[in-house]
Amino acid sequence: MKLRDLSELAARNLREAILRNSLTTLGVAVGVASLVAMLSLGVGLQTLASDRLTKSGLFDAVFVTSRREFRGPGSDGPRKSSATTPKENPKPLDEDARQKFAALPNVVDVYPQIRFFTDVRFDNNTYSTNVLGVPESSRSASAFDGITGKYFSSSTAEEAILQQDFAKDLSPQPASLVGKEITLRYAERRALSSDEIAKEKDIDAQLDAMMSGGISIVSREKKLRIVGVIESDPSAGIGGFGGGRVFLPIRVAEQLHAAQANDVQDFVRGGGNGKPTYAALTIRVKNPKDVLKVEDAIKKQGFNAFSLLDAARSLRLVFTVFDLFLGLFGSLALTVASLGIINTLVMAILERRREIGVLKALGATDGDVRSLFFAEAGAMGVVGGLFGVTLGWLIGQALTYGTTIYLRRQDLPGVKISYVPWWLAASAILFAVAVSLAAGLYPASRAAKLNPVEALRYE
Amino acid sequence: MPSTPPLIHVDHVSRDYRLGETTIRAVNDLSLEICSGEFLALLGSSGSGKSTLLNLMAGLDRPTSGAIHVQEKNLAALDSQGLARYRRETVGMVFQSFNLLPRMTLEENVELPLRLAEIDRSERSRRVAQALDRVRLGARSKHRPSELSGGEQQRGALARALVNQPTILFADEPTGNLDSTTGEQILLLLREIQDTLGMTIIMVTHERPLAERFANRIAVLSDGKLIDHFAMQTGARA
Ligand SMILES: Nc1ncnc2c1ncn2[C@@H]1O[C@H](COP(=O)(O)OP(=O)(O)OP(=O)(O)O)[C@@H](O)[C@H]1O
Ligand SMILES: [Mg+2]
Repeated sequence: MKLRDLSELAARNLREAILRNSLTTLGVAVGVASLVAMLSLGVGLQTLASDRLTKSGLFDAVFVTSRREFRGPGSDGPRKSSATTPKENPKPLDEDARQKFAALPNVVDVYPQIRFFTDVRFDNNTYSTNVLGVPESSRSASAFDGITGKYFSSSTAEEAILQQDFAKDLSPQPASLVGKEITLRYAERRALSSDEIAKEKDIDAQLDAMMSGGISIVSREKKLRIVGVIESDPSAGIGGFGGGRVFLPIRVAEQLHAAQANDVQDFVRGGGNGKPTYAALTIRVKNPKDVLKVEDAIKKQGFNAFSLLDAARSLRLVFTVFDLFLGLFGSLALTVASLGIINTLVMAILERRREIGVLKALGATDGDVRSLFFAEAGAMGVVGGLFGVTLGWLIGQALTYGTTIYLRRQDLPGVKISYVPWWLAASAILFAVAVSLAAGLYPASRAAKLNPVEALRYE
Repeated sequence: MPSTPPLIHVDHVSRDYRLGETTIRAVNDLSLEICSGEFLALLGSSGSGKSTLLNLMAGLDRPTSGAIHVQEKNLAALDSQGLARYRRETVGMVFQSFNLLPRMTLEENVELPLRLAEIDRSERSRRVAQALDRVRLGARSKHRPSELSGGEQQRGALARALVNQPTILFADEPTGNLDSTTGEQILLLLREIQDTLGMTIIMVTHERPLAERFANRIAVLSDGKLIDHFAMQTGARA
């Protein structure tokens, strides 16, 4: 029989028992829908999580410290540091090193942590708060997603972004602050005597010199224009410390030379050449998958480097298992649906026994009869698959909608928790057709094997 | 007639049905020759094996032993696809219970063998119309079987059996579900087809008088064996 005649006959047969076949097809659709909804949830949550994690700055960052033994300024350890310092002189984490890191492939940004506690003047009032330098690469960080106003216009712009709670201290309407000016009053650190200090060979002697006023502190003021207000603290993930309330572009913050809690170490780490060094640098890479390479390169250069990639890797494993289970449950529904197809077609054989007998008496081959049943199963698969993907997508949308409403009620931004990529839609339909055809296998071959004489005798 | 080779040659054919321990021999070592253009009536009491023999000759069933040659081809040597092809191209069948497919209109029912034979669409409608005209049902082509009388349904079934222009028409008690006048109409139609198309007709019937009036030859079966076998005088057909 020709394909066109076959499909016409199949369509007619499906139409004749419209209720039963629709219900069967609906069963397939629900199976596909549950599969699609489950997997779209898996894909959506994974996309969301990896998106958030990337933006959090935890998994695309490498943290670098010098190999020099760490000792705080007030350390009571043995004063003979030469005994504990490694034989080879550890490399200082200075500006040269910073530029070398920046030149590595896949590195987006290299920046130190700049954070100081200071006074901010606004509207003739003084507020004490934490100021934090924000790297240019934080532009895409999730913390800046819901910004009121704008991100810094450039990495050297004399602009500030306020954290919402702090902004509320300044004005009952935080949004009205955008465009206004605040004045930072900070203590500038002058490394005037650092050369002399560096001449001291003994580190502890340097330290002592420092403690007794190796740096001179000068009071300064800086006017900054407020460009935005954000809800959360972008630094929470960056250095793991958090607590910033006024944010400046990191270049601007660096130029302030504001006295920081860890200044003392910075100068101690001068390595004898008097150049300032960094306690730690954060390197941002393009993609979390580049982290390992960059980490290795930095270790080879003689620095300590670590990242949170291992955590990310186990997270990916968790998601793969999660997807597997979601897919398994979804497939279960489709399996039940395929039983529905088998049932419907077996019922149809009983019901259409005589018809099969007539077809055979009129010259239909076993293959013709088999193809007819196969076509019917396939058609239910295609329609069920298409309908199911649509239904599954709608369920996903509904879940996203529901979650968004719930999150809004909790004052959280809405998220897209369900995502149906084209490959998921296409493979779900293919899967539905494959499952339906497999379900049609037994009924079709049973119909084909039917003895025409007995089929015609059947009343 | 024996001078020309027979159209159908049933050669020592048996057909057994096994039911548990017992074996029923529905057709028992039966031999029969049917010539082209004949109208043969198979008579016999219920259970004598008439339908079984008809189905064997129509290629719907296979003998347990023996051979059936049609146009000098052995049906037993054909595989299931070959048998289907034989049914499609050489054979037309009419049943006691009409067996029109209830989901389809009369027209579509008649078209069915053409679909199975993969005849071109343009050719189909012409042949369907022709077949329906021959049984005088041209006006009812869009009706479903349930909207037709028994006689009309059987005429429709006849049109379906004829549409592929078969060589042999098999009819298993075609008048069994019809009143006597309607049955007579069907038999008149069969004889008209035999005369105009030169078709060979083999019909199973219970009604001896009808068989004697319309058939050329009568074969009587009993317990799967041919017990009587005679030609009607041409005069009886008038
Ligand atoms: N599928 C089968 N299984 C077992 N026995 C069968 C089967 N088909 C037919 N028979 C037996 O074979 C014998 C012949 O049956 P068949 O149908 O050929 O008779 P028939 O002459 O057509 O009778 P009727 O006039 O009642 O139609 C009967 O005894 C019947 O019971
Ligand atoms: Mg019978």
